[in-house]
Amino acid sequence: MLSFFKKLRIRGGVHAEERKAATALPIVNDFPLPKKLYIPLQQHVGKAAEPVIKVGEKVLKGQLLAHSQGLVSAPVHAPSSGIILDVNDYPAPHPSALPIRMIVLETDGKDEWLKTSVAADPFQLDAEEISLRVGAAGIVGLGGATFPTVVKLNMGRENQIDTLIINGAECEPYLCCDDRLMQERAAEIIDGVRLMLHGMGTKSAVVAIENNKPQAFLAMQAAAEPYVQIKVMQIPTRYPMGWDRQLIRYVTGREVPVGCRSSEIGVTIHNVGTAHAVHKAIRHGQPLLSRVVTVAGGAVNRPMNVEVPFGTLISELFAFCEVNTENTARIIMGGPMMGDSLPHSSLPTVKATSGILALTTNELKNTDEQPCIRCASCVSVCPAGLRPLDMANNIRINQLDAAVDLGLKDCISCGCCSYICPSNIPLVQYFKYASGEVMARQQAQHKAEQTKKLIDARNARMERIAQQQREDELARIAAKAERERLKAEQETAA
Amino acid sequence: MYVLSAIVSLTLLGLFLGLLLGVAAKYLKVESSPVVDELEALLPGSQCGQCGFPGCRPAAEALAEGNAPATLCPPGGSALAEQIAALLGIDLDLSEVKEPELLVARVSEDTCTGCTRCFKVCPTDAIVGAPKQIHAVVADACIACKKCVEVCPTECLQMHPVEVTLRNWRWAKPQAVPVQALETGGNAVC
Amino acid sequence: MITHLKPNSGAHVGANNSVSRIMWQVMFALMPATAFGLFCFGWPAFNLFVVTLLSALFFEAFCVRLRGKAVKPVIMDGSALLTGWLLAMTLPPWAPWWIGVVGSGLAIILGKQVYGGLGQNLFNPAMLARVALLISFPIEMTTWANVSPIILASSPDFIEGLRITFLGLVNIDASTGATTLGFVKTEFSQNHLLTDILKDNSNFLNLIGWTRGSLGETSSLLLSLGGLWLLQQKVIQWQIPVSLLLTVALLAQVFHGIDSEHYISPLLHLNSGALMCVALFIATDYVTSPNTATGQLVFGASCGLLIFIIRTWGAYPEGAGFAVLLMNSATPLIDHYIKPRIYGRDRKGKPLEIPKS
Repeated sequence: MLSFFKKLRIRGGVHAEERKAATALPIVNDFPLPKKLYIPLQQHVGKAAEPVIKVGEKVLKGQLLAHSQGLVSAPVHAPSSGIILDVNDYPAPHPSALPIRMIVLETDGKDEWLKTSVAADPFQLDAEEISLRVGAAGIVGLGGATFPTVVKLNMGRENQIDTLIINGAECEPYLCCDDRLMQERAAEIIDGVRLMLHGMGTKSAVVAIENNKPQAFLAMQAAAEPYVQIKVMQIPTRYPMGWDRQLIRYVTGREVPVGCRSSEIGVTIHNVGTAHAVHKAIRHGQPLLSRVVTVAGGAVNRPMNVEVPFGTLISELFAFCEVNTENTARIIMGGPMMGDSLPHSSLPTVKATSGILALTTNELKNTDEQPCIRCASCVSVCPAGLRPLDMANNIRINQLDAAVDLGLKDCISCGCCSYICPSNIPLVQYFKYASGEVMARQQAQHKAEQTKKLIDARNARMERIAQQQREDELARIAAKAERERLKAEQETAA
Repeated sequence: MYVLSAIVSLTLLGLFLGLLLGVAAKYLKVESSPVVDELEALLPGSQCGQCGFPGCRPAAEALAEGNAPATLCPPGGSALAEQIAALLGIDLDLSEVKEPELLVARVSEDTCTGCTRCFKVCPTDAIVGAPKQIHAVVADACIACKKCVEVCPTECLQMHPVEVTLRNWRWAKPQAVPVQALETGGNAVC
Repeated sequence: MITHLKPNSGAHVGANNSVSRIMWQVMFALMPATAFGLFCFGWPAFNLFVVTLLSALFFEAFCVRLRGKAVKPVIMDGSALLTGWLLAMTLPPWAPWWIGVVGSGLAIILGKQVYGGLGQNLFNPAMLARVALLISFPIEMTTWANVSPIILASSPDFIEGLRITFLGLVNIDASTGATTLGFVKTEFSQNHLLTDILKDNSNFLNLIGWTRGSLGETSSLLLSLGGLWLLQQKVIQWQIPVSLLLTVALLAQVFHGIDSEHYISPLLHLNSGALMCVALFIATDYVTSPNTATGQLVFGASCGLLIFIIRTWGAYPEGAGFAVLLMNSATPLIDHYIKPRIYGRDRKGKPLEIPKS
């Protein structure tokens, strides 16, 4: 009985205006191949990939461009055939647009595939082999977290996973790429889910879809019909239902302890897009080269879900979708709740790009900040159970330690508090600032300690050298005295 | 009579309690190292002189006497300032303090003669190299004390601001900026 | 190429809400009860209401100017107007004009601006002013006008109203009396029994507000209608009003059940004095009430308990103002001890243990 209540409970969250209707169109597949692709070497959590090609080299579609480094990393493949123009620093799709290393590929328009072999029946393969292929295909979590999928599959095998949750919540406003993917490619997603179950040695999977996507739900249910191990369920529409830990609690009734991975309590969660990518990698031998991106917002004249190769500049995407650059007030990568603004549109799309929004001033939240009236809306909407108002007040007066004590590190930056705040206080930005600052101070402290060690070591060395010199000097004087004494003795003897 | 007994009893009470306090102060004394030592332990100890004092010990003495602000040490940054303020029990208003621009020394490879003077003065052994070979600065160990710059005969050692990369980029603290100012300021860099 | 440099963090979209909208919603909810109060007590009440609101605005503008800030945006957020409004509602309707001015000054300057303005105050400004006035000017603050609707010929006309508000009430005994709670308290002190005391009392008139009392506090019916609308609009949460009213009603029921001649009934408690107004509009003040649902329940129930204790055994017939102020001072404490559980942690803030399966 108790677990029943616990299971149904969703904490906090907001019901944001969905604004998905304008984009609820079939996936556009005929995006013209760009002349140049800017492919970042780091499109995932972990270490950046290391290039294996040379400038001027000709590559085929699907060919490995850079291989993964270390345990948590992912390789990068050529999204189309062409010639490598450059490997250098270019602005990253990040709010700062600071440069990171990218491979520039000039496409030849032939879109020529690299020949690969695929297993006739992947279910005959070892579970390890499935993971290996998923890793080699460069697949990362396509929900936005971009954590390398292979690491999750391996952790799944090491821990006893009883439930694989497939996240089809897509709770962010505007975005509907997953919705369309589920409607149009349900069978492929379900196949990917089965492959993942095989790869982890897990018995059952649950596909969770918010109840504002009835068509996706029906399509997925029909596709999952033959497989008893896969259950498709509807979940309430409430942001941030797609937060992995919220979804885990809703579906399984279990809560992931702070500092643990979900696999430690027997659950792993993957996005529907990831499942689709796994299907393509194992069944067709195609690495992750493109994804469905939602382009939406008031400034977009042709909002759509479009399949784009990685490395496509956002400006080209905007030209295709007829974005009115005049009244674009803000460009956002991802959804409007958690996404970050981009300073300009000459940045590439990457594996994390679930959506690109071009919003007009009318759609944006008012930034006219008012004093906090302690209405506590932020407390009631926080899915993590924090008190954003107290944290922000402490950060404002630079009491970062107090903010950490209040749970700053448990903040997931979901944006619910900023969304609901009647005083328009940029709460999430306060928390992001404070987290960065706390991190920087820890690093500074670490550096100070290291410096001290270096200085002590140097002083000790100097002391040792000086001591050595003194001893040498003494020894020299002693030797001289000895010599003179001997000489004197000889003289007296003589 | 009442007045007298009141005066006597209160005086006795005062004397007794005073005695008790005196005894307690003597026997229950908390051993603590002098504040100057504690301050010196907090400071980097590189004797770099960026604070304007001839070394970390004199700086600690000035701090203890209240002749220097808690924010005096540039290499320590605001983290150190907070520790000092906590130790001295003073209020610290960091919003008034500008974070110093972080600097790091760099060797220009064209003009370095490999004279080894710089790495002899470097307090943190951040400069590596051998005689007659081009030296290099280990950026993570450099504390921006500028001693090497002073001794370099060819001016090949220069201080440069630490470059902002994606690895050390951080969100700025939100400021209440009027909307208009934001829009006009928005196009300054692109 | 489109360029917008300043990095902006989510959420980029927002709920369509603002501080001033909340303030106006509360004022809107107060309108029926206020209109009824103005109707019942005529021109003097109207004058007092206007004087109180205008002086609240004046003091707010004055303080904001002193702090060297732009006056207009602060005035426009409606918070000063709401404070003045709430204060006016709790004043005796025929009180002299300077009660309104001094009250607004206390509320805005001492109750709000000295703490740093909106959102910073520890005590509810309106209640602070009301209690300060009650202690400082007990005669003026307990002179309750008879119900004299604005349409009746016997009621003061506009000129007469001005005279009452600005020059003072001449014929006090003929036009004033005691509130129900005050009357009961006086009669109890003369060892009368409740059935005798209340033989002329009508629960119906108390409910609609046709009785002596503060300017806008008499009509429990209209106040609860306004409160229900606020609840429906999600401006206020149910926790504080429900726990407060329930506590008073339960305690009253218990004592009334034990001795119905010396303890007034729950119905009379709910229908009289400032209870409805306080439960729905004062105790629910965001700034001075706890942040969490559980904290709000504790806060409301404690307010109710204090109100009952003061009303029943205290020297004052009405204790809502004191109760709210006392609990306001406990709000930081409640917020310190009652906080939400963080996801993945237990109540003490330690990470949850991994369940053994």
